[in-house]
Amino acid sequence: MSTQPRLVEVRQNVLKQNDLLARWLRQRFSDTGVYVISLVSSPGAGKTTLLEKTLTHLKAKGCRVAALVGDLATENDAARLARSEVPVRQIITGTVCHLDADMVQSSLDDWDLNDLDCLFIENVGNLVCPSSYDLGEDLRIVLMSVTEGEDKPLKYPTIFNTADVALITKTDLSEAVEFDLVGARGSIQSVRPGMDVIELSAKTGAGLDEYLEYLLKKIESKTAVARV
Amino acid sequence: MSIVEGASQEASSRGNVQIHAVHLKLGVLSGVVKEALLFSYDIACEGTPLEGSTLVIEEVPAVVYCSQCDSEKTLPSIQLFCCPTCGTLTGDLVSGRELELVGLEISELETGDELTEPARAPENATDNGRLAVIAQ
Repeated sequence: MSTQPRLVEVRQNVLKQNDLLARWLRQRFSDTGVYVISLVSSPGAGKTTLLEKTLTHLKAKGCRVAALVGDLATENDAARLARSEVPVRQIITGTVCHLDADMVQSSLDDWDLNDLDCLFIENVGNLVCPSSYDLGEDLRIVLMSVTEGEDKPLKYPTIFNTADVALITKTDLSEAVEFDLVGARGSIQSVRPGMDVIELSAKTGAGLDEYLEYLLKKIESKTAVARV
Repeated sequence: MSIVEGASQEASSRGNVQIHAVHLKLGVLSGVVKEALLFSYDIACEGTPLEGSTLVIEEVPAVVYCSQCDSEKTLPSIQLFCCPTCGTLTGDLVSGRELELVGLEISELETGDELTEPARAPENATDNGRLAVIAQ
């Protein structure tokens, strides 16, 4: 026999475990002065190519960088990124379509964060699920390539809304695909008013300096504070 | 699965109870689709104290603060972050990202009530399964 059902109020964030772990990671990154940047985009938008260039350039500028890269299968991306000669580690998610804070935490494992200024986390190529998972990052970058169409932000407003910066990539192909840059910028501002937008081509290097300067300023502002 | 775990924990902290329904707040910007949650709920609940319960979802719209109007406004669409009254662009989100467990419909069971049994059996089975794997 059971009594008459009654409604009891509870208040619990469903992703509480992930959020708590992300908060702990953020504190750890803050204590060790590591600026953490995550990259999200659809598959094939150019995350790995851009990251390879980014790691090489930042290393040349004396910035101590490392990267975690998430994929459902293969270590191909880690192998590509390793060419930049910085510490890189692959996270293989199996069937999981996104990274979560626990995967990041366990991948950091034996890395001494005190030896780093900046850590990149390349998420699994997916514009849906990664938006719900906080990874403890300082900056979330969303990439959209010109071949994807200028209305991508309108189709995936949630991921654009949780990101801090938007990169329009593969601009060397703009003309060939008749990319509407004004329309794309309009779409981004429509779902995330005030969002920083940088256009670049990792292939030709156009816009890369502006992007690297932007990152360096962000990284320095954090590492300087941590070292005072 | 986090919903099932969270609700099970909340319920067990309230003693020997049967769970009839789980109430969830779901923001339009949570990144989670209502239909997908409802579709998978019964499967996720199998073999847990939530088996047989209903998932009740309250959808939360995106609400922004408009500095021009100095008030909170509900967005008719998440494709356009501008005040529906004056048209000013605003990204100042007040709500809409919720994915929150907000209520449980429960009733007390008497000690030894049969309804608690199916919930425990599969848990033990899983534990034994894990132990067997480790032993190999």
